[in-house]
Amino acid sequence: MTIPSLPDTAVVLGARVDDWRAAVREAGRALTRSGATREEYADRMIAVIEEFGAYVVIAPGLALAHARPGPDVRREGLAIVTLAEAVPFGHPHNDPVAVVVGLAVSNADEHVASVAKLANAFNDSGIVARVAAASSAAEVRSILGIDDEAGAGS
Amino acid sequence: MRIVAVCGVGIGTSAILKVNAERALSRLGLTADVSASDLAGVADAAADAQVILTSTELAAAVRKAIGRSFAEIIEVQNYFDVDEIGTKLEESLG
Repeated sequence: MTIPSLPDTAVVLGARVDDWRAAVREAGRALTRSGATREEYADRMIAVIEEFGAYVVIAPGLALAHARPGPDVRREGLAIVTLAEAVPFGHPHNDPVAVVVGLAVSNADEHVASVAKLANAFNDSGIVARVAAASSAAEVRSILGIDDEAGAGS
Repeated sequence: MRIVAVCGVGIGTSAILKVNAERALSRLGLTADVSASDLAGVADAAADAQVILTSTELAAAVRKAIGRSFAEIIEVQNYFDVDEIGTKLEESLG
């Protein structure tokens, strides 16, 4: 049971974006750079929000962008994008969003365990602000309890 | 007791809600079978459930999807706030 790895290529700090689509696209680019997904995955993450609304904004300031498993997912992956200026996603309670977590999973079963770990990391109420203020990928990993670039152990 | 956590695509957010609902139940000293579902599958998944957990954003769609069901829909604002989830579950189950 591991949190997906979080290499430097999957972390974008202080991104400047005009709207939520651009914010999600940054997360998609980070997932692609890290080798987890193909470029098309970003479009599918955006489509989820277009279809179902901004429910992916699951805590104040935090969006969990994701889509179903698909051929554009090469392997499980995690990306973190912090925004220089928070943008609204259209959520009634949790806007604006300062941190976008991108998640890609290749099958529904493997992801439950890793998401559970992610949930543990984010259960600390101050953590979104701390991630938003982080100045390096290593600091983000440290805040989230991810041991190294290859991902946390058990 | 059965509880279903629902999100749009049935991965990611619903899994987080499931994990934190289990944590909240444990704090309350309650046990329940908590599963995760996507919106498309919620009618089946929640057929014998007492409680459906979802976001405010999806509540109307969930209500429409389940049709005639006795499950109570609980709207969660902060998926990481175990206290919020616990309080709402306690109100519903108590």
